[in-house]
Amino acid sequence: MNRMLSALPLAALLAACNSNSGNQSTAGQASGAQVTGAGSSFVYPVLSAWAADYEKQGGTSINYQSIGSGAGISQVKAGTVDFGATDQPLPSDDLAKSNLAQFPIVIGGIVAVVNIPGLEAGKLKLTGPLLADIYSGKVKSWNDPVITKLNPGVTLPGANIAVVHRSDGSGTTFNFTHYLAQVSAAWKSGPGEGKTVNWPTGVGGKGNEGVAGYVKQIPNSIGYVEYAYVIQNKMSYAQVQNSAGTFVSPNAESFSAAAESADWKNAKDFNLVMTNAPGKNAYPITATTFILMPKQPKDKAKSDAALAFFKYALEKGQDQAKKLDYVPLPVALVQQVESYVSANVK
Amino acid sequence: MRKSGVGADRTFQWITAGAAWLVLLLLGGVAVSMAWGGRLAFETFGWQFVTGRNWDVVAGKFGAFVPIYGTLVTSAIALIIAVPVSIGIALFLTDIAPRWSRGPIAIAIELLAAIPSIIYGMWGLFIFAPFMAAHVEPWLNAHVANKALIGPLFSGPPIGIGMLTAGIVLGIMVIPFIASVAREVFSAVPAPLKESAVALGSTRWEILSRVTLPYTRSAVIGAIFLGLGRALGETMAVTFVLGNAHDLSLSLLMPSNSIAAAIANEFTEADTELYRSSLIALGFLLFAVTFVVLTIAKLLLLRMNRQLGRTH
Repeated sequence: MNRMLSALPLAALLAACNSNSGNQSTAGQASGAQVTGAGSSFVYPVLSAWAADYEKQGGTSINYQSIGSGAGISQVKAGTVDFGATDQPLPSDDLAKSNLAQFPIVIGGIVAVVNIPGLEAGKLKLTGPLLADIYSGKVKSWNDPVITKLNPGVTLPGANIAVVHRSDGSGTTFNFTHYLAQVSAAWKSGPGEGKTVNWPTGVGGKGNEGVAGYVKQIPNSIGYVEYAYVIQNKMSYAQVQNSAGTFVSPNAESFSAAAESADWKNAKDFNLVMTNAPGKNAYPITATTFILMPKQPKDKAKSDAALAFFKYALEKGQDQAKKLDYVPLPVALVQQVESYVSANVK
Repeated sequence: MRKSGVGADRTFQWITAGAAWLVLLLLGGVAVSMAWGGRLAFETFGWQFVTGRNWDVVAGKFGAFVPIYGTLVTSAIALIIAVPVSIGIALFLTDIAPRWSRGPIAIAIELLAAIPSIIYGMWGLFIFAPFMAAHVEPWLNAHVANKALIGPLFSGPPIGIGMLTAGIVLGIMVIPFIASVAREVFSAVPAPLKESAVALGSTRWEILSRVTLPYTRSAVIGAIFLGLGRALGETMAVTFVLGNAHDLSLSLLMPSNSIAAAIANEFTEADTELYRSSLIALGFLLFAVTFVVLTIAKLLLLRMNRQLGRTH
């Protein structure tokens, strides 16, 4: 919610400079009409910030509706919008069937937040399999031997763990459960991965703000939210052990380390979910938003205008992304995206 | 002159009949389109869709028993709280309160009805749920949970979010609806009836139970229906405090789900055909549940009227 609010003034700005945008237009020259997109709400704050800045600098106006990844996918398939945005990449055969191109645009982190009275932020250490066991209801108490063994010197209460998850379908849940399924065989064969899963235990909060609210209200609780909510609500987070065995705190560096170590080179159509990245300092739970565009657009001018906008976002908009607590794409990945786009979108 | 008057009368009749039929048409249209949208779910799961407890999106298995149960339980709690309080408010305002205070209190109640439900939800989450978790639920655990019969209803982790909290918030939300209608009909009770009762030496309770309530019974029950309808379909406030978990539990302190909350939570990202269809089918079930509950209530009312008619 906070994040949405911070984007509001920019949206107002966007509306305000609508009037003088047409004159010195360079990138948007080809098309007078605005470019429309729809999908992921995860990417909305940064996308609208980019759109405002881009238009201020004379670009086309971008109208983005954050209606959810699923709806974004169906809209771009139906051709009612110029681009879609999704937090869950589509497999290549699905893309081929709908003649769509797909590329990543921005990365964010998902953080395990806890509310344990008296615990210092970032002191608690967790592993992936342990997270899976907590979310399965197998590890029920904070002083369970598995947790205390990982956390010598930290006093943990004997209270029951109150598990908090998302109640609405979301890309955050998809990436979180995807991670759990990778590190725990029991989770994979049990609840599995998806934007909504059949949670074995816990309460569901609506949206990141709902989960953050529940975790703050319920003592001895654990939840998972986007990184920005941790910063803005000053929540207590846990370190998570990555696949290299290091315990890493969620921050811009560890998210970047994950992005750099992920195997993008061999991912056809960027169909890669970046969780459990191999790097030594990589944070294991991250989320990537992907843009979907038709390979043979009906309206070439609009498609070009959208591509010009994404080029701007990837090259010049990454500082803006950092300010909003997202993670910029690594330089090598940006180059890979640009060559993919010029090869695939005609 | 007279002729045109007849024509105008007929036109007026047509217009009012059209308005009435429009409502029926809309109702039928909504029911049919939701049944049609949910047909895939009904075809796939049959009665299992109503009786199944499993709501597993990943495996593509959908059963609506938990949301139906949660909807009915929270609405029942809401009515248990709201009906006596509302009737008390209405009676106080019509018979007991000093005349100068009636207007302001009545306006305050109507203002309560105008508060958007999301505000109730936020209040419930940030203020009421922590209060329940810190004070009410530990007390229930200590003093009520060990009692026979009702014990299991009140034992569970005191997290402040669950069916009991949702039911109480819903109760507060429907109070203004029931209270303002009840106040209207109570003040329509002819004064001579009440005065006669007073002359015969009745107490206030006897006036309420023997004069006011029997005289206004069907209107008061209509007001309760209105509140019930609102409670069954309430979405945002419930979503905030119910916990939105597809778990079936006897304890009122445990999180559950309601039909409306499940639809609001899950519709945006329902990206498979069957999932979307199941959510629409859920909407149809809410329709059916509301219809069944209201029909039962109406039948009870009819029977009650007939019985009373006989004894009188």
